[in-house]
Amino acid sequence: MMPKLRAKQLRNAAFYVMVVLMAALTLLPFLFMLSSSFKGSEAIRTIPIRWIPERPTLEGYIRVFNMPGFSFGRASLNSLFLALATTLVQVLSACMAAFVFAKLPFRGLGKLFGLYLATMMIPGTVTMVPNYIILRIMGLLDSYTGLILPALANAFGVFLMRQAMITVPDSYLESAMLDGASLYRVFLVILLPMVAPTFFTLVLLAFMGAWNSYLWPLIVLTSTGKQTLQVVLGNMNSMYRNNEHVLMAGAVLTILPILLVYVLSQCRVDSGIALGGLK
Amino acid sequence: MYLPNANTRRTATAVFLAPSLIGVAVFCLLPIAMSFYYSFMDYDLLAGSMDFLGLKNFARILTGREFPQVLLHTLTYLGLYLPLILVCSLGQALLLNRSFRGRAVLRTVFYTPVITSWVAAAVVWTWVLSGRYGLMNQALSLFGIKGPAWLSSRVWAMPGIVITAVWKDTGYYALMVLAALKSIDPALYEAAGIDGAGGARKFFSITLPLLTPTLFLLVVINVIYGLQVFDSVLIMTDGGPGGATTVFLERIYKYAFRQYKMGMASAYSWILFLIILAFTLLQFRLQKRWVNYDA
Repeated sequence: MMPKLRAKQLRNAAFYVMVVLMAALTLLPFLFMLSSSFKGSEAIRTIPIRWIPERPTLEGYIRVFNMPGFSFGRASLNSLFLALATTLVQVLSACMAAFVFAKLPFRGLGKLFGLYLATMMIPGTVTMVPNYIILRIMGLLDSYTGLILPALANAFGVFLMRQAMITVPDSYLESAMLDGASLYRVFLVILLPMVAPTFFTLVLLAFMGAWNSYLWPLIVLTSTGKQTLQVVLGNMNSMYRNNEHVLMAGAVLTILPILLVYVLSQCRVDSGIALGGLK
Repeated sequence: MYLPNANTRRTATAVFLAPSLIGVAVFCLLPIAMSFYYSFMDYDLLAGSMDFLGLKNFARILTGREFPQVLLHTLTYLGLYLPLILVCSLGQALLLNRSFRGRAVLRTVFYTPVITSWVAAAVVWTWVLSGRYGLMNQALSLFGIKGPAWLSSRVWAMPGIVITAVWKDTGYYALMVLAALKSIDPALYEAAGIDGAGGARKFFSITLPLLTPTLFLLVVINVIYGLQVFDSVLIMTDGGPGGATTVFLERIYKYAFRQYKMGMASAYSWILFLIILAFTLLQFRLQKRWVNYDA
């Protein structure tokens, strides 16, 4: 009995060592960022690393808002507005189309759905250059409308929402219509609440995608006042390589909002992403 | 669903479908056609000139000195990233598959790098990987290893980017593996236990074979994404030092938006698409050899 018990304890110990190790590897870069962000430009260069700053300072946080040539505060507001607007456009258009695919079949709809799925396989690389030129022709370069519009083309969202809506029995929607509700009302008041978990998953994925996106805003938005947080932080990184404490403060401020959103809605996202299986 | 009025149905269908359909048509289907057309053109956006070139863009890219380098760097990234991400996400999923106190917290911790933007991750890791004072080299020096100046070294820049990517992506793929682990029938382990199988035996005879469909999916997805690596490269090295980390998307971006050679960029993106397609088809061919579909 004894040796068996000891083997089990040993395995348990090994398990916890692995857990701590993995957690440490994940968190240490964040802690390094956080600790550096509260130091001065001299204090960050120490061997060994001083995890708790000797003289904590907000210098990095103050300077990140006042870097010459950049406007970090403005960019934060831009990013917030753009993330919300993009999410609205993307989620609304996807849900509306999904409603048709799930509940209003017509001849040729199957083929159309096949086409939607096929567009998911085209890498963004191929469409990036022509999309830029399309916006140029439409005169929408360097505008928020131009940045947001391509979010209408969201086959993944349509697919996700259709799979959820298809499980809602027709009879619920039909009986509401017999009671005199319009189709639009049925969609908003009956159908969407019934697929709420998937809906919120899509909202979250859309918001995180929009907040974190880099390449598209980098290409489309050229005037400094319109740029997003990610683009500004990326540009700062190449211009002020030696001001790590400022950059780390910028990184903290970029990560914090999305981390907050994530933690607040955590359970919903986890189940949803495993279900989607796609970025 | 049944609607008494056929007219209402038609109108509603049109209204509901229009935004998405217009989006897909204008920003997805039309661009594919345009990109194909541009790839045969000498299209200089700044000069506004467009001349027919035939296959010259493709020929110039494929016979140039740059292409083998770009291919080599991208495949180096993929070759380092793929095994690491598979092992790490499998390991993380196995840890999360046990029930213990603090499991929910650990899940959140593991997922934090995933929700972090690539820009923030790249900015942080540029500092982590910096030569003398960075976290990485200070950690290595605890083991008596003198770390390289990662991102400014021709040899170590790409491994540095790979480590960052593995750190950032592991939590995401671990969730996919975890979902697959949860769907394995516990009775299989019990039966194996009765037959006297130990932990390692159970892992290699039950867990791993039953995970192969998910691992296959992971490989396919990661090859597709890995061949399109971009954000990390642009922010951490910008293709440097001395062109040691030039990759496909970085080249396409620079042809298109630094030199405004839209034809070259389009041709380059089609070549990349064909490479992605070839890799994906090859994997579906090879899957019979290692993927186990009889659960």
